[in-house]
Amino acid sequence: MSDLVMAAIVVVGVPAVLVGYIYGTELLLRVAPERQRARIRPWLWLLPALLFLLVFLVYPTIGTIIQSFQNTAGTQFVGLDNYAWFFGSEASLISLRNSVLWLVLLTLFVVGLGLIIAVLVDRVRYEPIAKSVIFVPLAISMVAAGVIWKFMYDYRGPGEPQTGTLNAILGVFGIEPVLWLQERTFALNTIALIVVMAWMWTGFAMVIISAALKGISPELLEAARVDGANEWRVFQHITFPLLLPTIAVVSTTMVITALKAFDIVYVMTYGNYDTDVIASQMIKEMFTNGNFGRASAIAVILLLAIVPIMLMNISRFRAQEAIR
Amino acid sequence: MTAGQQARERAVTRGSRRTIPRPVARIALHAVILLLMVIWLLPTIGLLVNSFRDPQDVANAGWWTALLPPKDLGLEGYATVLARPDIGPAFVNSLFITIPATVIPVIVAAFAAYAFSWMNFPGRNLLFVAIVGLLVVPLQATLIPVLRLLRDFGLTGEFAAVWLAHTGYGLPFAVYLLRNFMGSLPREVFESAYIDGASPVTAFFRLALPMSVPAIAALAIFQFLFVWNDLLVALVYIGLANPSNLPLPAQIANLVNSLGSGWQLLAPAAFLSMALPLLVFVALQRYFVRGITGGAVKG
Amino acid sequence: MESRVTRRLLVGLAALAIVVGACNTGGGGGGGKEVTVIGAWGGDEEKAFLEMVAPWEQQTGNKVKYTGTRDLNTILTTGVASGVLPDLAGLPGPGQMAEFARKGALKPLEGVLDTNTYKSETAPALVDLGTVDGKIVGVFIKSAVKGLIWYSPKNFQGTPPKTWDELQNIAVDATGNKWCVGLESGAASGWPGTDWIEDFVLRQSGPQVYNDWWAGKVKWSDPQIKSAFEAFGDVIADAAGGANGVLTTNFEVGGDGLFTDPPRCMFHHQASFITGLGGFKGKTAGTDYDFFPFPDINSQYSGAVEGAGDLFGMFHDTDAAKSLMKYLVTAPAQDIWVKKGGALSANKNATSYPDDIAKRSAALLTGAKSFVFDASDLMPTAMNAAFWKAMLDYTQDPSKLDSILADLDKVQADAYKPA
Repeated sequence: MSDLVMAAIVVVGVPAVLVGYIYGTELLLRVAPERQRARIRPWLWLLPALLFLLVFLVYPTIGTIIQSFQNTAGTQFVGLDNYAWFFGSEASLISLRNSVLWLVLLTLFVVGLGLIIAVLVDRVRYEPIAKSVIFVPLAISMVAAGVIWKFMYDYRGPGEPQTGTLNAILGVFGIEPVLWLQERTFALNTIALIVVMAWMWTGFAMVIISAALKGISPELLEAARVDGANEWRVFQHITFPLLLPTIAVVSTTMVITALKAFDIVYVMTYGNYDTDVIASQMIKEMFTNGNFGRASAIAVILLLAIVPIMLMNISRFRAQEAIR
Repeated sequence: MTAGQQARERAVTRGSRRTIPRPVARIALHAVILLLMVIWLLPTIGLLVNSFRDPQDVANAGWWTALLPPKDLGLEGYATVLARPDIGPAFVNSLFITIPATVIPVIVAAFAAYAFSWMNFPGRNLLFVAIVGLLVVPLQATLIPVLRLLRDFGLTGEFAAVWLAHTGYGLPFAVYLLRNFMGSLPREVFESAYIDGASPVTAFFRLALPMSVPAIAALAIFQFLFVWNDLLVALVYIGLANPSNLPLPAQIANLVNSLGSGWQLLAPAAFLSMALPLLVFVALQRYFVRGITGGAVKG
Repeated sequence: MESRVTRRLLVGLAALAIVVGACNTGGGGGGGKEVTVIGAWGGDEEKAFLEMVAPWEQQTGNKVKYTGTRDLNTILTTGVASGVLPDLAGLPGPGQMAEFARKGALKPLEGVLDTNTYKSETAPALVDLGTVDGKIVGVFIKSAVKGLIWYSPKNFQGTPPKTWDELQNIAVDATGNKWCVGLESGAASGWPGTDWIEDFVLRQSGPQVYNDWWAGKVKWSDPQIKSAFEAFGDVIADAAGGANGVLTTNFEVGGDGLFTDPPRCMFHHQASFITGLGGFKGKTAGTDYDFFPFPDINSQYSGAVEGAGDLFGMFHDTDAAKSLMKYLVTAPAQDIWVKKGGALSANKNATSYPDDIAKRSAALLTGAKSFVFDASDLMPTAMNAAFWKAMLDYTQDPSKLDSILADLDKVQADAYKPA
């Protein structure tokens, strides 16, 4: 019976409380003098979000920043030692290089493919099916994705029957099998890992861009077509500029996702063969080596790395508000 | 003249000759889409085929060999996964965890996004960007301080612990996405509503929310997926104190032993665990249809 | 529009509520206490553990609630730091055990276990490994003997070699290689190679050097350690599939080449638990596979045995947890797991091994003249992880040995510093 109670709370109670809160704020505002209302109101609307963020992200982050200046056990301050360690170790240089690769390639793959697919499937009747197919990988857990791509990248020596899909396909064309996850040349293995992540996340970009695409008024596009513009022109001059804000959101999200990505690295190579990234290095320092000081320093470096992107976002939002 | 109209004129004046004949273009379009679909499905098909195979075969021969006779496919893998005694309760736990952990952040983020889009207050952009910046905070760095807090409030092991935590972790992206969408809604709509005497609450529920349905649907799907597939947060906030409340991924992880043996069972498990999120996606697809926003993005 | 969407949503949610409710109306209940246990075991291990505790549950009316996770280290580190912990838990390794004990998280087991019986039944080296600052805080629930050389009696009929040189001189069929090696093991890839190095160090340079080495008192660039790597290099040079095959073969199926036709290799070096994995599973002990102990290299150090095991400790000293802990180390409890194969017991009186091979490996464990524990498991985790990684790097490019060892020296200088 307690499950039924829980189900009732889950399904009815939780949304009711939240909707009740926002109606409650209007009642509350009636007490305030008319002129104050517009000043207080936004903060009441923001309050729940701010509380959640303070408790679950801001408060721990303050701790992280403090720890980044402390020793392993957190018993004494060591100045910038942890940062010096990070920038002084050879392993970090490889992680940094890989993270840049991740950031550039993953964002390009995901946003580019997501945009292309969203625009293309918009023109066919089997759009829902096509979108579902691209979306499937997103529904797969990281561990399962690791298993799936193990089947793709598996390697057997030349001459033996291949068990990995890609090497079997190469074999058909008489090409020697490739060590997808072990080959360091040209960071091939890192690129192989990025492909896995791109395969998973393209559906993400596609869904969001597609949602924005559906918001573009069809009359506008039709009018341009009637006036004689070809499809490419319509895309170039109408669709794309109108999608730009959404593309910026997806790109920002993917840049951050790329910087934080560690699961695929962890599951597929564990950072071996020079595939570590900043985030996987951080997780290892934290839980394998138990060095919270160093792990925190890496986390702070990640935080600082995204400041420029955030500044770009500010100017973009100012621009958006100016024209609407 | 609006930005859209200007764009339209540019599109028309610059180029008007159609270079590729229409039927050829249509065939090329279908070909490209089908090719992409095949590429995207191929890895998953490999997993699907392997989910019906004997673990020993999976390790020794490629999945495509199972498509040729003699076919040696069976449901043993699925039976093994479903035979776990706690798999049923774990599925229910997953629902109890995922539904509120999706609903709460979506609603809370919608409130915040509305405030950021259509209310004026000092420091608005800075605060907003700071929230988005929190996206980069690694969840792992929050585990210990948050677990201590939850312990102090007696929430460890409770579903509510993960509802709240996933709301916190999901909010930066949720606010970001919804603010971007709501911010692009046309100003006139809200202005005329206020002139008609609507309160912000009414404008929110009657206008902003319905017009943002595609973005909300997309957000709901993502949040649902992340929570549904989450293992770490559940293990730490629930598993340490009250393993009876653990969700499905914890049961699936237990199929593999400490040496990694049994990983082949992850294939059938993945399909069982994927089924519901995919269903949710297909169900929500209808909200991605054109026109539901009534041309929300101003043209 | 608002009402339509809302109504649909509510109808959907209500339907879900009914489904959920219907799914799960079975009530829990019954008396007895619940003991929560977190460990690294999953799959067959989880099953064996649950069978092992079943008689205790029946006898006491209590219930064991087991959670397995391969992120044991993460979960317990977080738990210890926050004070939210299960009643009992598998421990990631001796290093973390000591750390958890010194933080006061692990409860001492004197007075919980039947200490005298425990000490008399258990190999002394394993008792010592569970002791921190004079108090028993960890016990071995299951263990293994490392460094056994497996072969198929169908391919190798000679007498087991007594020395490494004899083994090296055994001629191999032209179609195959001497060794099968598989280093791939997900996040722990490389560990089977560390077992090789450990066996070489132990037999080339003896237990003293071995113990100083894992304790961080012998450098990696020391000739005694370097020669162990070089000996492993010779093994790789004669391994099925070459270096690439060694790197990409999962350790579980690493020895399967013994059973192919024609065999890909003659010998496979792996711990006693391999009999429960890969191609060994489903084969008959004695007729399909057999083993001999790692042969001597320096006769001075003859008879040394390397072992490993899964530690277990107690975080909450409730009566039910204490009673379960006491039960787990007893011979009748240990017998249940041992009977299923693939695991050895540290308890001498647990003897229900399924076959002769398992019995012989258990005898090695409990009757070793000199016993050492898996060196990589004893190293600080950062050192251990670097060791695993070094095995992959060395296998991929043996010419880089000196720089690999220099890197390990750097990690060593850092990892052994007191916190």
